[in-house]
Amino acid sequence: MSAAQPIDQGDPPEDGRAPMLPPSLILDVVVRAEFHVLLIVSTYLLFTGHNSPGGGFVGGLVAGAACATRYVAGGPAELRRSIRVRPTTILGAGLLISVSTAFLSLYNDGGFLQHRLLSVDLPFIGPVKTSSAFFFDFGVYLVVLGTVLLILSVLGSPTEDDA
Amino acid sequence: MGRRLGPRVFWIAAVAPLATVVYAAVAAGRLGADGVWTETYRWVPALGLDLGFRLDQFALLMLVIIGVVGLCVFTYAASYFHDGPEVARTAAVLLAFAGAMVGLVLSDNVLLLFLFWELTTVTSFLLIGTNDEQGSARSAALHALLVTGGGGLTMLGGLVLVAQQAGTWSLSAWVSAPPSGTVVTVGVGLILVGALTKSAQVPFHSWLAGAMAAPTPISAFLHSATMVKAGVFLVARLAPAFSTLGVWRWMVLGAGAASLLLGGYRALRQHDLKLVLAYGTISQLGLLMILFGAGTTEMATAGCALLLAHAAFKAALFLTVGVVDHQTHTRDLRQLTGLGRRWPVVTAAAALAAASMAGLPPLIGFIAKEFALKGALEEGVPAGRLLLVAIVVGSMFTVAYSARFVWGAFGSPDPHHGSGFEHVGADAPHPSKVFASAPVALGIVGLVFGLAPMLIDGLVGNAVAALGYAGTAPALQLWSGFNAALGLSAVVIAGGVVLFLLRGPVERFQERMPHVPSALRAYERGLQGVLVGSDRLTGVTQSGSLPVYIGVVLLTAALVPLIPLLSQGGPEEWPALFDSPLQIVLGLVIVVAAFAAAMARRRFVAVLLLGAVGYAVVGMFVVQGAPDLALTLVLIETLGIVAFVLVLRHLPENFRPTMLPGRKLVPAVIGTVVGLFVFVFMLTAGSLRDTSLSADSAATAVAAGNASASQEYLVRSEPEAKGRNIVNVIVVDFRGFDTLGEITVLVVATLGVVGLVRAGRRRDGEPGDAGPGDAEPAPVMTSTGDTEADPEPTA
Repeated sequence: MSAAQPIDQGDPPEDGRAPMLPPSLILDVVVRAEFHVLLIVSTYLLFTGHNSPGGGFVGGLVAGAACATRYVAGGPAELRRSIRVRPTTILGAGLLISVSTAFLSLYNDGGFLQHRLLSVDLPFIGPVKTSSAFFFDFGVYLVVLGTVLLILSVLGSPTEDDA
Repeated sequence: MGRRLGPRVFWIAAVAPLATVVYAAVAAGRLGADGVWTETYRWVPALGLDLGFRLDQFALLMLVIIGVVGLCVFTYAASYFHDGPEVARTAAVLLAFAGAMVGLVLSDNVLLLFLFWELTTVTSFLLIGTNDEQGSARSAALHALLVTGGGGLTMLGGLVLVAQQAGTWSLSAWVSAPPSGTVVTVGVGLILVGALTKSAQVPFHSWLAGAMAAPTPISAFLHSATMVKAGVFLVARLAPAFSTLGVWRWMVLGAGAASLLLGGYRALRQHDLKLVLAYGTISQLGLLMILFGAGTTEMATAGCALLLAHAAFKAALFLTVGVVDHQTHTRDLRQLTGLGRRWPVVTAAAALAAASMAGLPPLIGFIAKEFALKGALEEGVPAGRLLLVAIVVGSMFTVAYSARFVWGAFGSPDPHHGSGFEHVGADAPHPSKVFASAPVALGIVGLVFGLAPMLIDGLVGNAVAALGYAGTAPALQLWSGFNAALGLSAVVIAGGVVLFLLRGPVERFQERMPHVPSALRAYERGLQGVLVGSDRLTGVTQSGSLPVYIGVVLLTAALVPLIPLLSQGGPEEWPALFDSPLQIVLGLVIVVAAFAAAMARRRFVAVLLLGAVGYAVVGMFVVQGAPDLALTLVLIETLGIVAFVLVLRHLPENFRPTMLPGRKLVPAVIGTVVGLFVFVFMLTAGSLRDTSLSADSAATAVAAGNASASQEYLVRSEPEAKGRNIVNVIVVDFRGFDTLGEITVLVVATLGVVGLVRAGRRRDGEPGDAGPGDAEPAPVMTSTGDTEADPEPTA
């Protein structure tokens, strides 16, 4: 699958909505409102995952669900507007991040995938402690999100029977 | 960037081999005669896989060869390639190929060595198939991949066997303390299969002749410094440890002698200059196998000298062929004529290289051959007389095909080919100085080292010592007095000249002889057999019906573990029916929704009811106090419904009503079996499970050393992984490898689904798109002739 070609090449959505769903103003507005909330929740789940329920997998699913609501409200065009990065890029970036985290732990005589604790002194925020496992989890998050987006955009793009 | 630079990217790429050369030069100064540099990074300690690198003098010799030849090849390629979209890719892959080879010669961990070994296999596949629009190039690339890749896998088995016996994965440790026993013998045999396939030795040689489909600079690199030298490298490394084994002698010396003779013999009838050289490579590699495989200091010295000499002259000759081909657009030695007079410098350099290949004085090839003959005359060489005969006869062939090469490429038209060949060369433009410089330089190298062998004496001597041979290597000399080896050299040269003069009869003789055991034909038959066989197997196992697949998967998953579970007997104590009244409500919802889903006529209703089942299970998780599971499942269910709905758009609204009673019965039976399995499994697993998962009891169990996996995780999660959420810690840390594998599979599967959907859509939408020449689009999941005998879905 070449990442060079746009995902939705060839489908001509005039108003960008899947014809089976009539436009609904209320749905549109509600979805616009909750979308960002859901994204924040997903980020929260990602960050909190190491110590309380959550994690990259669940976080990615929440983000994917947020995008799915956009799709339900407005079809493929709305989905594309929701996250402008191509799904394949997200997918690849996620895998790359996870794999490179795994390899980076080799540095300083660690084992493959052996995570370590990092503490950074951020300006304005103060000392932050995190594990390199977080970055691994972030990769998982991206892979899950990319998968959901890709499946939505491929299965959800209009075909001849919709026309 | 590659698009703007065109072939000039090779100048950038040449920085890497230049760096290798510089590094080798610095290392040569600092390493010392018997010095060793090692560097180890832990990678997967549990598998014994470390990034263990080790630089000794033999690795240094290989580095010099790879670096210098690489530098010549890359600078040459900048003039050879025409601008095109694939130039940048070729440069990148060629660089990866060179890098893999460098990694290979520096690896000390045998698993790491295997990794680089297969990397050279994969990159060589891409390089041989550079002209991917030619069917011949594609099949040659596949041939090389299957033969060398298969050999590599065999080798992996051997490496594991030997490592198990030796108790270490370190190559140098094997050599310093060789393991022994039957298992080791088998292991060494398997390793040698890998080495022989890689070095294109009889009977695996046919891929190398096909590999000349690659552009000439790539061939030059592949034949002289990389790829085929990997097998020789491994044999050289292992010889001090294992050369006394019977299997070693038969395989290395037998295959080496056979390749030496067969390659030389075949080279005498080729008309394509590249094929002359390709068969010459098979022959020379056979000689190298003999020299390194014999296991004596003298032979190994000759081997190291020949390794160096071969790299120089073979690269020079291939690059010369590239020049000829580039300027005249032919490589047929029956067509080329008169180039010698027009290109005196190129011709002289090529003649020098060919003379070095033939072993004429005063070139480095002569010294190497003298040492080979001397070594074979010594006592203590296994089957010394036979090997001596093989070397003498093989060298005669070498002299003959070297002369054939020079004469064919640069001489006058040869009368014995008769007329009827268009003569090319009279109007060929002279190659540019930069273009011709690489082959000329490599050709002169052979002369310099031949006249002044002391320049490389130290390098070769130290390399032999680094391999682990006891005695000191004899110093390389051009003139070592009148002795038996000199006499044999004279015989070789005389015999070769006679063979060359009789080239007409020799060629006709070869044409009349049926060469019965054709390795190429054996490969083709084998490949055909595998393809037909797997085709039939696929026809039997892959019916194309989704319900059948799911039925088989479910039944297997349920029945196989069910049998041992049932044999365990029932649980001693039945668990309580419910813990909370909410569970009754949820359970009722699940049961009713599941039944309704099975009964539903409309697909959409069935999907929604399945969703209801899922949400009710989520409720169960919440009641049981598993928020992680509940959260995940609720999202999965939601997204699952969305995906289902998207697919349903392409399917008929209703399930097709079935008349046959069996069509409903079979799914019902499968469903019951699966349900029964899950019930029994939960019951048994629940009763076996350690109920004492409190923190204290887990800590005690770990301290006592009899903790279960869950107790271990519980105790170790916070202190070792700094996480309080054990589920997450398991996913990203304790079982991080699994997660890595899973997300990789997820990505691949997603891309596969996308590809299938697109392929199906293309097939339905644009029938003219898939021409007859195109590959068959991947089969779309169809449900033909079963419970859901629907028309093919559109997506």
